[in-house]
Amino acid sequence: MIDTNANILETIQMIEEDKLDIRTVTMGISLLDCIDADGARARAKIYDKITQRAKNLVGVAEGIEAELGIPIINKRIAVTPISIVAGASGDSDYLEYARTLDRAARAVGVDFIGGFSALVDKGQTEADRILMSSIPRALAETDVVCSSVDIGSSRAGINMDAVRDMGEVIRETADLTGEAHGFGCSKLVVFANAVSDNPFMAGAFHGVQETDCVVSVGVSGPGVVKRALEKAPGAPLNVSAEVIKKAAFKITRVGQLVGNLAAERLGVSFGIVDLSLAPTAEVGDSVARVLEELGLEVVGTHGTTAALALLNDAMKKGGLMACSRVGGLSGSFIPISEDIGMIEAAASGAITLDKLEAMTAICSVGLDMVAVPGDTPASTLSAMIADEAAIGVMNHKTTAVRVIPAVGLGVGDVVEFGGILGRAPVMPAHEGSSEIFVRRAGHIPSPVHGFRN
Amino acid sequence: MKVILTVTGLDHEGIIAAVSTGLADLHVNILNVSQTLMEGYFTMIMQGEFDESKQTIEDIQAAMEPIGQAAQVEIRIQSEAIFEAMHTL
Repeated sequence: MIDTNANILETIQMIEEDKLDIRTVTMGISLLDCIDADGARARAKIYDKITQRAKNLVGVAEGIEAELGIPIINKRIAVTPISIVAGASGDSDYLEYARTLDRAARAVGVDFIGGFSALVDKGQTEADRILMSSIPRALAETDVVCSSVDIGSSRAGINMDAVRDMGEVIRETADLTGEAHGFGCSKLVVFANAVSDNPFMAGAFHGVQETDCVVSVGVSGPGVVKRALEKAPGAPLNVSAEVIKKAAFKITRVGQLVGNLAAERLGVSFGIVDLSLAPTAEVGDSVARVLEELGLEVVGTHGTTAALALLNDAMKKGGLMACSRVGGLSGSFIPISEDIGMIEAAASGAITLDKLEAMTAICSVGLDMVAVPGDTPASTLSAMIADEAAIGVMNHKTTAVRVIPAVGLGVGDVVEFGGILGRAPVMPAHEGSSEIFVRRAGHIPSPVHGFRN
Repeated sequence: MKVILTVTGLDHEGIIAAVSTGLADLHVNILNVSQTLMEGYFTMIMQGEFDESKQTIEDIQAAMEPIGQAAQVEIRIQSEAIFEAMHTL
């Protein structure tokens, strides 16, 4: 029998009181073998492959939930970036591909499907351009499709043509979903140094270097980390780091177990465990509260970046030994709308976009689920993307922007997204124009340390 | 499959009898039992084993739920795997 009853009760407390859960079991499916010169035929192959490969995904995940007694919040699918798959078809609009993904996802019952994506860190093909221009309608006219575009990398620098275009894509997406205050933008991420095995949305896609079908897992558990820290109040920060490592180890072990079981039962390879600490807007499931537990009166005040660096690093160190293969984003998520502590700090003005940007220099993933005034110009959105991309490209890390121009709303209003997407107070963006900078376009060269060969 | 049952609730007569009778009817073999009272709060942890080829853990959970309701206790039944994963190297 397990050593002690205390261990058993601790695990149950983690699940029931501290809201430990598996955030997502994500199946990555390659669509490279669905490429066809005839778009309709390609889409038929895509639908068939997804519904065949993922037909048991939700059932298997629910079985594991019951067996282990731990919630698996989302079941998701990530596919090969559609710009790569659709390019051969000669179609001039990829909206139908998004609709196909949406239908396939709903047929198998998953919560989200990611991969309406393009990787343009060095340059765009015609297919990439078509995909990017198809994003606004794709997000407005489908329910569960998520989109991402990679516009920079440490190796290639920042593609400022794409940065300019993506500001406009976000703007257009917001306007097309204006009745829902720009909700479509919650399903769109702009990355620098995107990773091909990320199980989290909206940025999940299945990279071309991956095997045909894999299952990856994203864990959660900020409540567990906070509870562990509560037991060592006032301890030196190196002691806090040790406490976080131990909690991270336990959380990650469960992720590894769920991944192993899911892969075995689905008959596919096990991909990775993403060590990210993912919050929800529920009380007791907040990364911000973990930072405050370390001694900050409110997240966003001086010391927040340092506390987050400690948390992020300790999570990685604890998680690395707990699983066979680490991947994805693996850092702490600091979305505004999905974290009750962040929501409150943004509403009170304790945290600003500038502080958030600083925080993204040391953790994943970036300006995430941030609502800005509905009339924010496309060039300002582009400039926000450029700033985040600069942090990622210069520091060899993934950064991203998932920003929602809250159409019809201004600073002080709150956008309700519902479900795990939560709600976001509209935060002020700088009013000084970035228009001329963004219009210059071209590319920002990669840093010297991008050339490591 | 080996499972861990945890039974919690306000203490009263017959909890162990109700749970163990239910498990016997379901052909779940009890391997280990530990029970304590904390300020009138009943906490029992049991390790059990059953033949997976004959029934699933979900069948057992479903069958034990009315027994827990009748005895006014909460019965959780989880695969031992999650506790082993978390607490052993």
